[in-house]
Amino acid sequence: MDAWIPLGYLASAALFILGLKKLGHPRTAPRGNQYGALGMLVAVVTTLVDMQVGTEGGANWGLIVAGLVIGSIIGLVMALRARMTGMPELVALFNGFGGAASALVALSETWKYIEDPALALPTGLARQVIVVAAGLSALVGWATLTGSVLAMFKLMGGIELRGKWFPTPTWGPRWLNPVKLFMLLGVVVLILLSIGDPTNQAYLWTIIGLSCVLGVVLVLPIGGADMPVVVSLLNSLSGIAAAFTGFIFSNPVLIVAGSLVGASGLILTFIMCKAMNRTLRDVLFKEFGGTTREKVTRTKAGSDPEEVAMMLDGARKVIIVPGYGMAVSQCQHQVKELGDLLQERYDTEVKYAIHPVAGRMPGHMNVLLAEASVPYEQLIEMDEINPEFPECDVALIIGANDTCNPAAREDEGPLAGMPIIDADLARTVVIVKRSLSVGYAGVDNDLFYMDKTMMLFGDGKAMMTDLNNAVKDA
Amino acid sequence: MITETSLIANLTLFMLAIFIGFEVITKVPAMLHTPLMSGANAISGISVVGALLGANVAYQGGDTLVSGILAFVAIVLAMINVVGGFTVTNRMLNMIAGRNKRT
Repeated sequence: MDAWIPLGYLASAALFILGLKKLGHPRTAPRGNQYGALGMLVAVVTTLVDMQVGTEGGANWGLIVAGLVIGSIIGLVMALRARMTGMPELVALFNGFGGAASALVALSETWKYIEDPALALPTGLARQVIVVAAGLSALVGWATLTGSVLAMFKLMGGIELRGKWFPTPTWGPRWLNPVKLFMLLGVVVLILLSIGDPTNQAYLWTIIGLSCVLGVVLVLPIGGADMPVVVSLLNSLSGIAAAFTGFIFSNPVLIVAGSLVGASGLILTFIMCKAMNRTLRDVLFKEFGGTTREKVTRTKAGSDPEEVAMMLDGARKVIIVPGYGMAVSQCQHQVKELGDLLQERYDTEVKYAIHPVAGRMPGHMNVLLAEASVPYEQLIEMDEINPEFPECDVALIIGANDTCNPAAREDEGPLAGMPIIDADLARTVVIVKRSLSVGYAGVDNDLFYMDKTMMLFGDGKAMMTDLNNAVKDA
Repeated sequence: MITETSLIANLTLFMLAIFIGFEVITKVPAMLHTPLMSGANAISGISVVGALLGANVAYQGGDTLVSGILAFVAIVLAMINVVGGFTVTNRMLNMIAGRNKRT
């Protein structure tokens, strides 16, 4: 029986690797997710068998099974009840739970020596390994929890709390960076001190407290549009935390799966940064656009929905360019209604141009528009749709700014080199936006001031509803 | 149970798994970034194995009520991460990749 347990862990590790591999390709992605879930099932069952066989008189099942069942039910209900538009927040929250679980395991391992003095402390190498692994697991786990929860509130706060365009509450003066470093060093020193005195509660609580604060100050200075990158980084960290707990129990599947997620999560973080033309260092430590923010001095007269409706009347081809603003105002259903109206009434060709980093998460626009049941064939990726703009009558931009700012074609400035949607090449450009204010990159957008551009100032949902009514009345 | 040999073996596993993790993801289309992140996040719920082992030890011991409770909470949180994570990823993929097949 003993040989079966390492084999079970081996099978589960192989399934995780295959699962991650397959998740990276559109055709195999659903299968990849199933492989991952199967790997998890194998890992849990193997562990349960190990516990039953390896413990004298069998394991104490009551609370263990209760925990598994309760957690599964809560997770299932949360995942099924969440609206598709709330996905990013949910992923951040789940990630925080994973980090918290690792941190609690480490705490539980340490606490048992504190509450039961009869229990002999491990000595020598075993003590060093356990204390360091538990300490690092606590550091990364608690920081992941507080960081993820804050990231979740930042993602949600954008919708409800404030009425601005990029409304994330953000605070991070430059002096905070060395403070973060000192806190990190402090935790490491405390972990090393704990080797000599593992049951010292002052060390224990200070480590936990500092780690929690670290998670908060890591995420606090980062703006809303960068949240996907941060959530991906936190995901990588929660994997690392799990790998550290693996060293406490000398458990191979914890180490393999944890470090696998840690490494692949980091790679994914870099891929996301690249798609936004940023580096991870800039995202985490540099104020972006904040200090060099351009003041908007030019003005542009707004148009009204009736005017735009008349414009749309004669259009043969309309390309809709959704952005962060559509996600914020949740107006994807109104957008889809307009697309349908145009197709039914005027037989217009309607397509959607999807920028890879539009929205609050990569792929966010796909999910939002899919939720409003826009046919998949109408969603076209940036590289494919760009050549179509010169023959397009109206480009309708809904709450997008940086992703179609022609300034990106120049060699200098924060946007330089970022791939953009060539909406400015369309014959007419209609932009639904709250104001002329700059986008996340802090660069004024020439597109707003072109003669062929019509601005519809207002909240996305309200403006799209008015526009739909105007089209119906026309 | 932790010896020099087992520690070296574990460090080897750790390092090799990190290398595999770096290589396993190369070019990922943007629309899969979020599901991939979510799926990897569900796998990081592997901490449930640590929670189970911890709970097992705590429930065997004598006077370890608090660590038992901590491990119980860890099991619940890790299972939320696992089951919720895989379910949400599945829902997202059905919306994105599922539609891909129809064309």
